[in-house]
Amino acid sequence: MKNFMKKNQSFLFFCFLVLLIVLVAVFAPLLSKGQDPTEGILANALQKPSGEHWFGTDKLGRDIFARVIYGTRTSLTAALSVVVIIFVIGTFLGILAGYFGGIVDMVIMRFSDMMVSFPGMVLAIAIAGMLGASIQNAVLAISMVSWTKYARLARSLVLKIRHRDYVAAAIVTGSKTPYILTRYMLPNTLPTLVITGATDIGSMMLELAGLSFLGFGAQAPTPEWGLMLNEGRAYMSSAPWLMLFPGLAIFLVVVVFNLFGDSLRDVLDPRDE
Amino acid sequence: MSIKQLGKRLLQMIIVLIGISFLTFLLTYLAPGDPVRTMYAATGIVPSEEVMNQTREEMGLTRPFLVQYGDWLFSCLRGDFGNSYSLKKPVLTLLGSRLWPTIKLSLASMILMLLVSIPFGMLAAVHKNKWIDYLVRSFTYLGVSVPNFWVGLLLISFFCVKLKWLSVVSADTTFRNIILPAVTLAFAMSAKYTRQVRTAVLEELSQDYVTGARARGIREWKILWLNVFPNSLLPLITMLGLSIGSLLGGTAVVEVIFSYPGLGGLAVSAITSYDYPLVQGYVLWIALIYMGINLVVDISYNFVDPRMREKR
Repeated sequence: MKNFMKKNQSFLFFCFLVLLIVLVAVFAPLLSKGQDPTEGILANALQKPSGEHWFGTDKLGRDIFARVIYGTRTSLTAALSVVVIIFVIGTFLGILAGYFGGIVDMVIMRFSDMMVSFPGMVLAIAIAGMLGASIQNAVLAISMVSWTKYARLARSLVLKIRHRDYVAAAIVTGSKTPYILTRYMLPNTLPTLVITGATDIGSMMLELAGLSFLGFGAQAPTPEWGLMLNEGRAYMSSAPWLMLFPGLAIFLVVVVFNLFGDSLRDVLDPRDE
Repeated sequence: MSIKQLGKRLLQMIIVLIGISFLTFLLTYLAPGDPVRTMYAATGIVPSEEVMNQTREEMGLTRPFLVQYGDWLFSCLRGDFGNSYSLKKPVLTLLGSRLWPTIKLSLASMILMLLVSIPFGMLAAVHKNKWIDYLVRSFTYLGVSVPNFWVGLLLISFFCVKLKWLSVVSADTTFRNIILPAVTLAFAMSAKYTRQVRTAVLEELSQDYVTGARARGIREWKILWLNVFPNSLLPLITMLGLSIGSLLGGTAVVEVIFSYPGLGGLAVSAITSYDYPLVQGYVLWIALIYMGINLVVDISYNFVDPRMREKR
């Protein structure tokens, strides 16, 4: 254990930062000193950052600091939901395609071809726009276009071991197919897919914020960083803090998750440089 | 790529396109918005329920789903993508007028991106694990983590609001108006590509021919620019093809920020006004362009990499 800690200092450091972000989301009410992120006092509209309002206030007099803190909840839950959904669906379909081959493989892979031959953001915008704008639909839209990467990875990893002797032995000795899938195929794909999942959290956050920025994600008055940037756009010259702090929040959180993903790769996959 | 492979690719493309067209049509069919209501709302008239039903009948919106889809698909094949509900013009004309600005913007940002990422990527690769490599890599980490719409907003607030050098709205596609959107788009891409260039160049530098060339006393810069660089271009070309596709979609956010008259901005407004024919046309066109570009990239391998020709 001590050895592991010494060898993977950077990984532990980023684990700590990720934990810190999660704690910010969990303890948002405490950190924002009990200020409601959706309630503002109009008399306090567009105030400069001060001792009372650390990040200033927006056009409705809402405290930006509280909104940025609460925004962690929105972004974190949404991004993690996307990653979990695409991880589960992609892995499941990829393992099926790789293990069974033939018509199953063809249908799943042609379907994923369809999704790949397609700029993801365009379809996500179309889906989110058509289903009606909400953060749930934004999650759904991004999941629909992003699962293919996991399916392809899982399929190729399964194909690598599909015809190994021990798999054949398991089949011959009468192991049930679900057992082979979960005990032989799944564990083989997990390390690579977990790394991919961890590195994807950051980029999913960026895409979700982008959709919200365009108005196809979170709706007012939800505290969401992309939405806040869109709301702050009109006050660019008179109240620049409206777009400074939410942007910084996205940036910092995404940097941390990207670095976390990369350091996880170093831990799980020592072959890589 | 042989003729047979090419045929197979084209067949696959057609299947995928049909799938995409079905999916988009299904989406617009299931969408909760009511196009007839929006259409009348755009003209300012509040019609009775009967008039609306009649209009639905006239527009063929009451027919079964598959009939509507088949009808739409066949008219698309004839080049008729219908009329936009909100702008009252043929979809094809609208898309056509917005296509060139978006291509121009994509190309401009791509050239900018290459101008940044090739020199820095090579610099980092040549000085691997030196301070300059760490510096470049740190910047690439920051670059991929910044939301591009935020970069756009910061650029506007600095160059347009504070310094007043450029106008906030990029109403046309002159150089002055294209520069900020292009820089915004190039920002995140150059970070990604600098890493790719670095990896590709490192890969080539470890090849035997480099050691051989060094042993023969060939100058380092000659090896780098005449041997290593051309060889490391290959993986980049594939990525560039994929990037053009994601650019076509990714320009939407930037086009909205800068009010740039491109395809993405058009699509966003079409979606918000439930303009289904326009959305369908847009999605199909983007998919077609995207697949076309990737096909061209694959074919171009034949010319760029002689090894591919022999493999047939």
